Amino acid sequence: MSQTSMIPEFVTRTSFIELDGRSRAQSLFDEGTWKELIDPFDQMSSPWLPMQGIAPQADDGCIVIKGKIGGMPAVAIALEGAFQGGSIGEVSGAKMTAALDLATRDSEAGKRTAAILLLETGGVRLQEANLGLAAVAEVISSVLALRPHAPVITLIAGTVGCFGGMSLAAGVSSYIVMTREARLGLNGPEVIEQESGIDEFDASDRALIWAIHGGEQRVGMGLADALVEDDAEKIKTVIRGYVHADLLSEYRSQQVDLYRDRIAALDTSEQIDPKSLRQKWGNETTGGLR
Amino acid sequence: MEQIEFDYPAAKRRVTKKAHVGVVGSGDMEVLMEPAQREGAHVSITTSVDGFQNSWKAVFDRFFSKFDGAVRIQINDAGATPGSVLLRLEQAVEVIGQ
Repeated sequence: MSQTSMIPEFVTRTSFIELDGRSRAQSLFDEGTWKELIDPFDQMSSPWLPMQGIAPQADDGCIVIKGKIGGMPAVAIALEGAFQGGSIGEVSGAKMTAALDLATRDSEAGKRTAAILLLETGGVRLQEANLGLAAVAEVISSVLALRPHAPVITLIAGTVGCFGGMSLAAGVSSYIVMTREARLGLNGPEVIEQESGIDEFDASDRALIWAIHGGEQRVGMGLADALVEDDAEKIKTVIRGYVHADLLSEYRSQQVDLYRDRIAALDTSEQIDPKSLRQKWGNETTGGLR
Repeated sequence: MEQIEFDYPAAKRRVTKKAHVGVVGSGDMEVLMEPAQREGAHVSITTSVDGFQNSWKAVFDRFFSKFDGAVRIQINDAGATPGSVLLRLEQAVEVIGQ
């Protein structure tokens, strides 16, 4: 056996999770076609963080890159999970909304421009309170405005995950792509434990957290569309596929009756476990690479 | 949070490129390095950890003992150690050298 064939595949691949927000966004585009809009040198940072003794970041943790993916116009909006937990504030929210609105304007003018949201975020930036909440509302309405014209693809790679207000933005997007390491949920584990007690949810039980919020379970339940490996090339291929995909006639967020009926049909007399829920709600049309 | 400024008037070599490296995450920082608008180099630091002006001074004295570019450096810091600071600065120099 040769030396190279003994090296496992995960050693030679380029990890997507190990990239920072900017590199993640850049990695999705065709080479030489992209440029960053409002880059760090434009100094659009949060005016609110320094007032509270917190060092700001020159791009406010939101990276906007416009370019081509598989020859089609696209814009990627990445939240940097390492800065303030990827939280959304006034400036980062405005950057996100403006980018989505420009994509809508181009799409309406006949130049279909897909948007990719790279969400690593705990949701609203508590230091910016109502401005952060308003940002979430604006982002959601901008996603809804773009969705009929071009795909809005949410990519959650991990390891921060996507929680809080931004999980709502993920919920209304056309497609959700996740890795096995990623998590998606409205309330994060610590929040559930704090609000409902440790008997309800033990936030130190990692197996439990991933069995409920993890990418494999979310895709298995049909709440996300594709499960991808932590491999930059593979993720790029999957995203390219969705950028080129036909527009859907009905979105998950419109299937209110389906989910209402499913919840009503659940037997709550005994503990529901993640696996049986996945079998009941199993999604035949999606499921990605599994 | 603290604002710290330094000037290094002896750094006069003209640079043309700019560099942005790092993230303002715990124990890390971001550096924005660009051509200076006036004579010499100027450093402006925003750090969330107070009371380390002398350490910053020592790191930059050492950095500018080897680097002579007329740059404007802006740093947003979330508690990077002196070692990490020097590594981030060297990374930025590598980018503008390319």
